[in-house]
Amino acid sequence: MTLSQSEFNFISTMVRREASIVLAPGKEYLVEARLIPVARTVGAANVNEFIAELQKRPNPQHQRKIIDALTTNETSFFRDREPFSALTDVVLPELIKSRASVRKIRVWSAASSSGQEAVSLAITLQEALPPGWSYEIMGTDISTAMVERATKGEYSQVEVNRGLAATQLVQYFERAGAHWRVIPSLRKNVTFKHMSLTAPFPPMQPFDVIFLRNVLIYFDVATKRQVLQNAAKILRPDGLLFLGAAETTIGIDDNYERVAAGRTSAYRTRNAVPAGAARRG
Amino acid sequence: MTPMRAMVIDDSRAMRMILKRIVTKLNFEAVEAGDGQEAMDRLAELTEVPELALIDWNMPNMNGLEFVTKVRADPRLREMTLVMVTTESEQSQIVRALAAGAHEYVIKPFTEGAMIEKLALLGLVPTGANS
Repeated sequence: MTLSQSEFNFISTMVRREASIVLAPGKEYLVEARLIPVARTVGAANVNEFIAELQKRPNPQHQRKIIDALTTNETSFFRDREPFSALTDVVLPELIKSRASVRKIRVWSAASSSGQEAVSLAITLQEALPPGWSYEIMGTDISTAMVERATKGEYSQVEVNRGLAATQLVQYFERAGAHWRVIPSLRKNVTFKHMSLTAPFPPMQPFDVIFLRNVLIYFDVATKRQVLQNAAKILRPDGLLFLGAAETTIGIDDNYERVAAGRTSAYRTRNAVPAGAARRG
Repeated sequence: MTPMRAMVIDDSRAMRMILKRIVTKLNFEAVEAGDGQEAMDRLAELTEVPELALIDWNMPNMNGLEFVTKVRADPRLREMTLVMVTTESEQSQIVRALAAGAHEYVIKPFTEGAMIEKLALLGLVPTGANS
């Protein structure tokens, strides 16, 4: 059983309308593979029947489940590592100087999925900030199921094997049956909220660092620009934006400039005061 | 350039095969041992000490923890990076292994990607070697 062209078109139009996500032709197999478990949970015999029912009677709850299924991505602790090393080695030492009067750092993990990035940021800040400093990590995701999962702060054995050093595992996690749970003293600094990046942003306090990685790739250029413009409004003037390795603001939003941050790159808004980053020529 | 060597120590032949396949893919030359004692005997014979050892915990003759303790007590083997690869998943066991001198800990079952990420963490393979 495979998706027909019209079924694929129906799903791709719907996710583009609801979540601004572009499903290019050729993704039929991916869409079908992701929708099989959704069809099963709503009691449909198969994906075709599930889509046919949705075409007859639109169901916002089922639409939400489809978007969740298509936007949930595999992640791991300290994914790609370099941005975290850049925080420790370059960005945080500068922020510690420039935020000495407030002694507080705020970081946004956008599209936080099951929360590994936000927890990795919390570990990074926990280890880098001097005593007496505090930090807040906010994770947001379009999937309510992922927000619930991340809020629980529990990870499987397989998940904690990926990216965490053994010393970090024993220091920042505790056993919870067959799972590992983030310890309360770390978890209290991390909150997760539901948020669509493509809707107008809710009011948020500004952030010193924004991690918006591996999510722009799903959007068309106009949506990328809109997300970047909205992010600029909540990024402190000397704050830094980290994108995924395959993503850039160049040619999309000229309000940002790329700067070197350790062995990787980050972005800051133009005319900003440098904080832990050197202009890349 | 001489390839790095990895010693794969596990009483399960199937697990040795899996680990050997992973390290070979990462350009290590693999040396096998079925338990800690056999591994110590092999190390005594080898002129060049392997850079890495992947060590099961529960094995006959000499278990993985005893092996780690013995290696750490031997100045000739000081440079070896020791990674426990075991089903022992209690927090207290991980702490024991690290205290004895293991550098890293991988809990079975693991994926190839997870193992490569651990070796990258230790600086033994480049970051992103599994991408």
